[in-house]
Amino acid sequence: MQVPAPFEYERANNVAEAIALRERLGPEARFIAGGHSLLPMMKLRLANPEYLIDINDCEELFYISEDGGEIRIGAMTRHRELLESELLAEHFPIFRDAEEVIADPVVRNRGTLGGSLCQADPSEDLSAVCTTLDASCVIKSTSGERVVSMHDFHVGPYETAVGDAEMLTEIRIPLKANGGSAYEKVERRAGDWAVVSSGAAVWFDGDTIAEGRVGLAAVGPNTTSIDPVSEALRGATPSEDLYQQVGEIAAANCSPQDDQRGSAAYKTHLAMELTKRALRRAVARANGQEA
Amino acid sequence: MQVDMTVNGQEVSEEIEPRHLLVHFIRDQLGLTGTHWGCDTSNCGTCVVLIDGEPVKSCTTLAAMAGGHDVQTVEGMEVDGELDPVQEGFMQCHGLQCGFCTPGMMLTARALLNNDPNPTEEVIREAISGQICRCTGYSTIVRSIQWAAAHESAVTVGTSNGSAS
Ligand SMILES: Cc1cc2nc3c(=O)[nH]c(=O)nc-3n(C[C@H](O)[C@H](O)[C@H](O)COP(=O)(O)OP(=O)(O)OC[C@H]3O[C@@H](n4cnc5c(N)ncnc54)[C@H](O)[C@@H]3O)c2cc1C
Ligand code: FES
Ligand code: FES
Repeated sequence: MQVPAPFEYERANNVAEAIALRERLGPEARFIAGGHSLLPMMKLRLANPEYLIDINDCEELFYISEDGGEIRIGAMTRHRELLESELLAEHFPIFRDAEEVIADPVVRNRGTLGGSLCQADPSEDLSAVCTTLDASCVIKSTSGERVVSMHDFHVGPYETAVGDAEMLTEIRIPLKANGGSAYEKVERRAGDWAVVSSGAAVWFDGDTIAEGRVGLAAVGPNTTSIDPVSEALRGATPSEDLYQQVGEIAAANCSPQDDQRGSAAYKTHLAMELTKRALRRAVARANGQEA
Repeated sequence: MQVDMTVNGQEVSEEIEPRHLLVHFIRDQLGLTGTHWGCDTSNCGTCVVLIDGEPVKSCTTLAAMAGGHDVQTVEGMEVDGELDPVQEGFMQCHGLQCGFCTPGMMLTARALLNNDPNPTEEVIREAISGQICRCTGYSTIVRSIQWAAAHESAVTVGTSNGSAS
């Protein structure tokens, strides 16, 4: 029987209370959101916090809204809401692509966007999605808030820019015209973590790509956006040759390892193939050819 | 610490250790052993209970987190001696063999039908895709849920018109 080590449990009724508790209880305290990454780790004694601060009652952290040229998503928004949101599906279909293949419907009833990003597991699908979309993260403390890019948010595997007395409260995604996005994942069985996954997003100016981004998961220490990909896409006209070229750049810029999910060579091949597919679909969607 | 919640329509108030998982709280402390405990790793779904009407894996939820919420277990599905149509469906269509996955399967089915009274086969298969059955091969489970959808009565748990909630 797996049982976590002893800890003290506190429940925060709102963000201000959560941050105040975090500040008072210090580095041995952790927030618990859906608990679907943290509790399994605690059951295996890979995490042994002395205090858990339950943030499920922080009602102000559950939302998906459009505001000031951005989509804003509260940190406690659950996978299921991300999957079902029409607003997200309209602007960023990549979310629905990813959510359909994250875990299973019961896990999706609990797991949250904030928990996924803060877990900072290199295989986390939503980290790859947010990286692809150039999202930024709002981090709050008693002394105010700061906004960091996904690039700066993930400091290393299982490590984020969120300090001991801070909380991730919101994810912001810029809205840009004439865009399309898509997500492709290969897993060993339905609901499993990715062997490799790739997200792609493009924004058009007339017939050419004004901006394009690719984010990969499970192929390196962090979910990574690849700058040489963005450079290759900028000003390009979509074609099969372009997808192939960008797929090859993606494969050359990742560093997967052999593990029980597959060999490094297989994962490198997947990085190329999935990037091609995601890009092809993102372009089709930007051109209104595919829902 | 003390935890208060509603379990199958009844208020419970118990002294617990904060690290107590909901599945053990329900089985060992409340003695409701209908909720099964299998993989212990959030994969099999036999421990599924409804919290505020939504299926949740109770091996990956703290009892403390369920405080203040409405929990439904398989024991609460029967209302005043009448089986839930889902239970009836599992009997009619051989939806179980050993019965190990059955409590979780039936509660997920109940939550599904509360949201979508006429689900397609695809929707049913998706809804139970977080749950593993090692016996029946799923076809009979899907048929059982379809039977329930076709024989839905007004009195079921997890909805506002259910007498148990
Ligand atoms: C069976 C199973 C299969 C899964 N499959 C996949 C999959 O295919 N793809 C995938 O991407 N994920 C998968 N997951 C993980 C799932 O998406 C988790 O829900 C997610 O990783 C964590 O979200 P959570 O809300 O449960 O976070 P928690 O477990 O509650 O928290 C995770 C970490 O984040 C911290 N944290 C949480 N919220 C905040 C905040 N607002 N501010 C600061 N710190 C915070 C916590 O302290 C903790 O350290 C799976 C999980 C399970 C159990
Ligand atoms: S015992 Fe909870 S999912 Fe298997
Ligand atoms: S009936 Fe035996 S596991 Fe499903």
